[in-house]
Amino acid sequence: MAATLAVKIDDLTVAYKYKPVLWDIDLEVPEGILMAIVGPNGAGKSTLIKAVLGIVKPVAGSISIYGRPYRKNRSLVAYVPQKGSVDWDFPTTGLDVVMMGTYGNLGWIRRPGNKEKKASLEALEMVDMLDYRNRQISQLSGGQQQRIFLARALVQNALVYFMDEPFQGVDATTEIAIVNILKELRKSGKTLVVVHHDLQTVPEYFDWVTFLNVKKVATGPVKDIFNERNLANTYGVNYKTSVQN
Amino acid sequence: MGLPEYFEWLRHDYTIRTITLGTAVMGIVCGMLGSFAVLRKQSLLGDAISHASLPGIVLAFIITGLKDPLVLFTGAVISGIAGTVMISAITGKTHLKSDTALGIVLSIFFGFGMLLLTLIQKLPNANQAGLDKFLFGQAATLMVKDVLLMSAVGTLALFCLIFFWKEFKILAFDAQYAQTQGFNIKMLDVLLTTLIVLAIVLGLQTVGVVLMSAMLLAPAAAARQWTNKLGTMLVLASIFGAFAGVAGTAISASAVRISTGPVIVIVVVLIVAVSFVFAPERGLLFRYIRQWKNRMNLRTHKLLLLMYDIASSHADFTHPHSLNILKPMEGYRYKLKEMKSMGWIHYDNHTWHLTTEGYVMAKELNENVTKR
Repeated sequence: MAATLAVKIDDLTVAYKYKPVLWDIDLEVPEGILMAIVGPNGAGKSTLIKAVLGIVKPVAGSISIYGRPYRKNRSLVAYVPQKGSVDWDFPTTGLDVVMMGTYGNLGWIRRPGNKEKKASLEALEMVDMLDYRNRQISQLSGGQQQRIFLARALVQNALVYFMDEPFQGVDATTEIAIVNILKELRKSGKTLVVVHHDLQTVPEYFDWVTFLNVKKVATGPVKDIFNERNLANTYGVNYKTSVQN
Repeated sequence: MGLPEYFEWLRHDYTIRTITLGTAVMGIVCGMLGSFAVLRKQSLLGDAISHASLPGIVLAFIITGLKDPLVLFTGAVISGIAGTVMISAITGKTHLKSDTALGIVLSIFFGFGMLLLTLIQKLPNANQAGLDKFLFGQAATLMVKDVLLMSAVGTLALFCLIFFWKEFKILAFDAQYAQTQGFNIKMLDVLLTTLIVLAIVLGLQTVGVVLMSAMLLAPAAAARQWTNKLGTMLVLASIFGAFAGVAGTAISASAVRISTGPVIVIVVVLIVAVSFVFAPERGLLFRYIRQWKNRMNLRTHKLLLLMYDIASSHADFTHPHSLNILKPMEGYRYKLKEMKSMGWIHYDNHTWHLTTEGYVMAKELNENVTKR
C-alpha cells in the first residue's frame, strides 16, 4: 500500500443506550484528502467523529492516527464541533475562543502567552476575522461564529481535521470562503474529514466521500463512487423523490 | 439601632465584626463559584445541593451528638455530594432529563432531612435545639472558627480558580472540545462541583438551605449584565456577593429581630433587578433606548431618502419642492427641524430643498442601504 494512512478505524461499534448508532465500521483515510461524510439524519455521522475523538465511548473498535492510538497522537488532531453545541452568550471574545485552540499544546496550568496570541491572530487573519477579534462572540453572525471555530482548529496546528457540519447555517459567501480554506489545507498536506449535508456540492468541494448509514456503505474517491447506486444504498431507494410543483 | 450605630458597633463589637466578616467571605466565595454554575447552566444544581445537604447535617448530629461546625459541615458535604452523584446517576442511567432528576433528588433529600429534624426534636436531648436554624440560616450564630473555615475554603477555591483558570474556562465554554485537547474533563467537573458544594454548605449556616441557591446564582447573574469578560464577571460577582452579605448584616442588625439570611437574599435580588434594568449594554432600559433611537434614526433616514428621490428628479438638486409632498411621512414636521439642525435641508413655510451636505449624506445612505 502506497499512501500513508492518516486515520484508520477498525471494527468501530457505538451504541447509545440500547440501539446501535454505528455498526462495525472499518474506515481508512489516506493522508492529504478532503473527505465528506454523507448520510441521512441519524446515520451516525457526528457520532463517528465523536467516537474517533474519544468524546463518545465506543462499544468496540480501535482508532489510530498516523499508526498510533488516538490517545497517543491526540495533538495531531483538530476538531470543529457543530456551531450549535456551545452557548455563544458566554462572556468572551473571538480572539479568546481562538486561543482555546492553543490550550491542548500548552497542557495543564500553563497560560497562553505572546506566542499563542500571535498564532491566534494569524488564524483569525486566515479566516478573515481579524477585525472582529475583540467582539463579544454573541454579537457575531452565524457565519462569523463558524469562522471563529475554524480559526480555533487552525491554531491547533494539526495534521488531521475533523469538522462537524461547518457549512450549517452560513451564507453562500462564507461557505465558499470556508471551502477555499479547506482546499488550501489539503494542498499543504493536511487531511480533512467533514460531516456534510448538501449532496449537490459534494463533487465540487471534496475529493473523497464516505457514505454512512449506521454501517459504512462505501468509501473512496468522489469520481469513482459518488453515483446513483451508492446514494440509493445510503438514503434508500426514494432518496431522489423531488418536490413536485 | 440605625445604620450609623451599626458602623459604630462594627468598630467595637467583636460579634458584629465576626458576623460581617463571615457574610462577606460567604458572598465572595459564592460569587466566584456561582459564576461557573450559571455559565455551565447548572443554576438548579445549587438548589438541589443545598436542599440535599440537610439530612447530612442532621445525621452528622445524630451520629456524633456534637454540634461542632466541622462535624455538621462534613455531614452536609457528604450528603450534598451524594445528591449530585444521584443526579448524574439518574440522568445517565434513565431517560429522565436533568431538571426532573434535580427535582427528584431535591425533594427526596429535603424531605428526609425534615423527617430527621422532626424526629430528633422528640429526643430527650436539649442539645438538638438550633439545627432547624439551618433551614433559614442564622448569621448571629457565626463564630470565629466558622469564619476561619469559610476563609480557608475560600482561599482554596481562589487558588484552584487561578491555577486551573484556562481549564475551567474551556470546560465551561466547550467541554467536549476541551476533552479533545487532552484535558480530563471528568476530573475538572468533579473539582468544580466539589468547590460549589463546599461554597453552598458554608453558606447554609448564614442563609439557610431554602434560600442558599439565590446566593450562588444572583451575584453571578447580576455580574453577567455588566461585563463581557469572564474574569471581570467573577470579580464583580464576588463584590456583589460580599456587598449583599455586609449590607444584609447591617440592615438586620440595625432593625430589631429581622433574620439576616432573608435580608441578604433580598439585597442580592435588588442588585439583580438594578443590573437587569440599568446595565449599559445588556440592561433593559438602555437596550430599549437604543432600539428607540435606532427607529427614530431610521425614520429620519427614510424621509431623507424620499427627499433625495424627489430632488434627484431635477437636474438641480437644490430646486425647492412643496412641503405637502412629504405629508404621508409620519411625524415629518418634527423630522424637518431635526434635519435642518443637521444642516441637511433648508425649508420655509411652503417649500424645502436639500443642501449639498444633505445630498451627499442621502447619496451615501442610498448606497449603504443596498450594501450588506
